[in-house]
Amino acid sequence: MSEASRAGYRRDDQPVDPPYLYPEYVGTRMRAPRRPLVPLPQSLTELTGPLLGEGRVGDLDHDLTRQHDGEPLGQRITVSGRVLDGDGRPVRNTLIEVWQANAGGRYRHDRDRHPAPLDPNFSGAGRCLTDDDGRYRFVTIKPGAYPWPNHDNAWRPAHVHFSLFGRAFPQRLITQMYFPDDPLFDRDPIFNSIPDPDARRRLISTFDPVLTQPEWALAFTWDIVLRGRDATPMDDRDDDA
Amino acid sequence: MTLPRTPSQTIGPFLTIGLPWPDGPFVVAEGTPGAVWIRGAVLDGNGEPVPDGLVETWQADPDGRFDHPDDPRGAVPGFRGFGRCPTEPDGTYAIHTMKPGCVPSPDGSPQAPHVDVTVFARGLLKHLVTRIYFPDEDEANAADPVLGSVTDPGNRATLVAQRADDGYRFDIRLQGEGETVFFDV
Repeated sequence: MSEASRAGYRRDDQPVDPPYLYPEYVGTRMRAPRRPLVPLPQSLTELTGPLLGEGRVGDLDHDLTRQHDGEPLGQRITVSGRVLDGDGRPVRNTLIEVWQANAGGRYRHDRDRHPAPLDPNFSGAGRCLTDDDGRYRFVTIKPGAYPWPNHDNAWRPAHVHFSLFGRAFPQRLITQMYFPDDPLFDRDPIFNSIPDPDARRRLISTFDPVLTQPEWALAFTWDIVLRGRDATPMDDRDDDA
Repeated sequence: MTLPRTPSQTIGPFLTIGLPWPDGPFVVAEGTPGAVWIRGAVLDGNGEPVPDGLVETWQADPDGRFDHPDDPRGAVPGFRGFGRCPTEPDGTYAIHTMKPGCVPSPDGSPQAPHVDVTVFARGLLKHLVTRIYFPDEDEANAADPVLGSVTDPGNRATLVAQRADDGYRFDIRLQGEGETVFFDV
């Protein structure tokens, strides 16, 4: 077993994630812990993690437009990219799970009270495994913006929820992918809870005219970067990659 | 090459569209000899249940081993180690598993048996991490370096499950009185 595989997962130099308490996002006020986090040295429990997905992903699970008899309404799109770690290595064979609202901005969920129509041909969930280059691809429809009760006339920018496991426990990530030029960014406390504007922009996908398929679907690309490893005395990352 | 990391965002209130697995709570199948239920509730700063959360667990097998290539002792196939359970309207979750064995610390000394826990919910902009320790491991718990790093006894107690009829009880209090100790991994 190489040294690199025993190296820990490095911590951020500067804050990348939002703080737990961000009062403008009202939901944080009663749920954010008040005490500081306790540093946890990474033992084998943290240097390992669930490597699941094989057998959990059906052939069409990456295509949210083919889960019913008919096609869903809305703008058909592809969302694709790579999953890398902070050292640029592809994260292979890792499970990605996505969920989203329909084109009208309505989730297929009992607690979504937005008076927009449900689409009988859209469930809004998908999953796939990355390939040997860390690549993934989903076919879906562009989700709509939707209102939420956080503040007066609050609307979430259109987004797709992403869940990733990576290779080990510290790489677990749940986040949201946004679309370029959304007019709602400036007003959204969830997006703006990320302190660094550059980090915020890393959640915005890119329109890709080359991958856009004529007469069929617009393409958006989005790469996801999970935590990298601490440097080791003997850097054998080529061996590890 | 160093790449900047992708930031976290909240799981939001509608995670049950995409994330529950039918076998999610079953780290081991029902009927597995020696299996236990770990049950608990996720509570907010008012003591109110969190009905829209997701609890995930990751742990070693009863021998303290993992089915993972980065375990330098070698991967032991067969034990999934992972549990996932969305919270119910009353904030409760349940995971059916085996009590883990001991896993070494980074310096090689033994740690007490533990389960790593990840909590996601609307209102959590990033997931929280805690650990479940076991009430029938007094000696190992007293020597555990992670438990030892939490000096306040009341805070430390939030990391130790309670006995229950069919296993253990472990409540997770996100904020306020009895706030669970959460870790920076």
